[in-house]
Amino acid sequence: MADLVLFVAIPYAAVVVAVVLTLYRYANNRFSYSSLSSQLLENSVLSWASVAWHYAILLILTAHVLAALFPGLWARLLGGQVRLYVIEITGMGLALIAIIGMGLFIWRRLTNPRARAVTSTGDWVLLAVLLAQVVLGFITAFVYRWGALWYLQTAAPWLESLVRLNPDTSYVALMPWVIKLHFVGGFVTIALIPFTRLSHALTIPVSYLWRPYRLVIWNRRQAVRE
Amino acid sequence: MNIRAQVSMVFHLDKCIGCHTCSVSCKNIWTDRQGAEYMWWNNVETKPGTGYPVRWEDQEKYKGGWEKKPGNGQLQLKMNGRLGMLGNIFFNPHLPSLDDYYEPWTYEYENLINAPAGDDQPTARPISLVTGHPMEIKRGPNWDDDLSGSEVYAANDPNLDGMSDDERQLMFEVERLVFFYLPRICNHCLNAGCVAACPSGAIYKRGEDGIVLVNQDVCRGWRMCITGCPYKKVYYNWSTGKSEKCILCYPRLETGQAPACFHSCVGRIRYLGVLLYDADRLDEAVGVDDAALVRAQRAIIMDPHDPAVVASAKANGVPDAMIEAAQQSPVYRFVKEWELALPLHPEFRTLPMLFYVPPMLPLQAIANDGRLDVTQDSEEAADYFGTLEKARLPMRYMARLFSAGNEEEVAAVYRKLIAVRVYRRASTIAGEPDADTRKVLAAAGLTADEAQAIFELTAKPTFDERFVVPPLAREVAIESIMDPFTHKTKAGFGFRREAKRGQ
Ligand code: SF4
Ligand code: SF4
Repeated sequence: MADLVLFVAIPYAAVVVAVVLTLYRYANNRFSYSSLSSQLLENSVLSWASVAWHYAILLILTAHVLAALFPGLWARLLGGQVRLYVIEITGMGLALIAIIGMGLFIWRRLTNPRARAVTSTGDWVLLAVLLAQVVLGFITAFVYRWGALWYLQTAAPWLESLVRLNPDTSYVALMPWVIKLHFVGGFVTIALIPFTRLSHALTIPVSYLWRPYRLVIWNRRQAVRE
Repeated sequence: MNIRAQVSMVFHLDKCIGCHTCSVSCKNIWTDRQGAEYMWWNNVETKPGTGYPVRWEDQEKYKGGWEKKPGNGQLQLKMNGRLGMLGNIFFNPHLPSLDDYYEPWTYEYENLINAPAGDDQPTARPISLVTGHPMEIKRGPNWDDDLSGSEVYAANDPNLDGMSDDERQLMFEVERLVFFYLPRICNHCLNAGCVAACPSGAIYKRGEDGIVLVNQDVCRGWRMCITGCPYKKVYYNWSTGKSEKCILCYPRLETGQAPACFHSCVGRIRYLGVLLYDADRLDEAVGVDDAALVRAQRAIIMDPHDPAVVASAKANGVPDAMIEAAQQSPVYRFVKEWELALPLHPEFRTLPMLFYVPPMLPLQAIANDGRLDVTQDSEEAADYFGTLEKARLPMRYMARLFSAGNEEEVAAVYRKLIAVRVYRRASTIAGEPDADTRKVLAAAGLTADEAQAIFELTAKPTFDERFVVPPLAREVAIESIMDPFTHKTKAGFGFRREAKRGQ
């Protein structure tokens, strides 16, 4: 029963909440979408924290997603022992960097009066959840070797079963609680997107790479052309 | 030819008295809010001086504007290429910190009234508007006002880089000490660095009038525009997490009024009018060498009386009324006809559309029998301009500001300004310009009529001559794409959300 809640109900609820409310917020309060950067107020600690956190977490996330999307490819990538070691060590290194980054984020907001002034309750919740999530992830990787491999037999098929709308909790039922928490934490994080500044992660401006440098918008262009 | 209209500006620096009325009227209308306290969409700086934010002109530090790529000479934002910029999105290493501006504050005024009875006078401590805690004031928006000559401020003016120690010493000798004021607003550039730098594409130029705006719904607070603008005229609102900038009071313009800073200007230094420019030649204008930048920018500003220009403008949908406004534009006269007004730091290559008539005041006045005489009595026209070399602020300095280092460009302006003075003196005293005066005029490249017109528009223009606000007719513009009755009887302000209660 608990498994059903943790690995079926929460994931679906989280995704539905995230999608519906994100769209609702986008339609009704687009103004609220912002990275809410506080770099102007404090930039020396942030330069370490933000770069460390964002790069590390993006790489880690990419690995999680790639492995789930292309398990075959991932398995081939891990073919040799050396490659497995490299991937695992890189992963743990990145997790450590992310933890340090997140720690600095939190320390900065606790100790710098200006940064604290612009920190909302939502920010604290988000910081706490993210810290917990990366710490759990690091413990998982460190204690339960070799996650890069067993991920393919456990989390990946479970996620696939969720996507296929045919949830099967048996893949993850026997996992240690630390790992279970990490799984649930992932979906809690997703659910937080529409409520917090995490929404900025959805607005990565890739189109900047090809848009023209000059941007002119006409009010009456249409009418003129006719 | 692809003619567009741009609402443009001229500031006549000779007339600026540094009163900051412009800054205050702007602040009272637009930036008197949380997160915007430190923003000065209009500010007035003392030159030589460090400006606001401190040393904003130092692009080695702030990386604003454009630069030519060493290899192919192509223009690229000085801060980074596109990919590099996205790579810096988590932390922009060139962003000024609040300390480069100042931490906004108020005073604990209640304490003056509420303090318990005691032996000491109650005080009103400064309180940070960011943290709400008591703070020590280290810097303000106008911290080096009138402090030219100061070791701490004026001596750190980035435009002094490259001047010899002797030159600097001369500038700051107490008896020769001189300064002038430089009021600044957003230049509503044609090749704006802020527009180019915005990863979200939130900043745009309005096609109809060229005003550069930040779409608050699209801005995501990536804060690259702040670096991209070499003039540091985009500000990050630390409370809303969005960037904001001067909007050239477009709601006022759309109702036929001059922007607030223009309207309230005590020295009447400000002129506003339409310029027609050729949008197809922008790349050409920003691609030339530094020394040719002023001329290249002038070249793409087109004659609003030329039938071909008018035809192209019409084809582009520029309304007749806008073209008419362009034909009466005081800005066109100063910038193109008389070539008196120069862009500030054209070497940033953003094609700023705010132009400055450089100040005469730094010219050294020569005491002559107790009279002050800027021209030195002499037969030879060249001697009238002799004062140029003796100018208290070297031509080199003015050229660093207004012509990307091309001293001849600035000298030509000064020759005209001096010639107008000589001409006016002659016609006031003698009633007729004498041969000598005509020589001076010729040397400066002016006719007597032009000199008179310059004098008229400089010294005694009426309100309507200074501000030729085109009928922007936004309501008409919008009609074509939106039913004008859409908002009738609806809530008129707020975030376009309607009140829900009641029936
Ligand atoms: S002055 Fe700065 S903010 Fe204004 S248009 Fe130019 S680049 Fe943009
Ligand atoms: S109001 Fe006019 S005269 Fe006064 S500081 Fe501003 S620009 Fe100069």
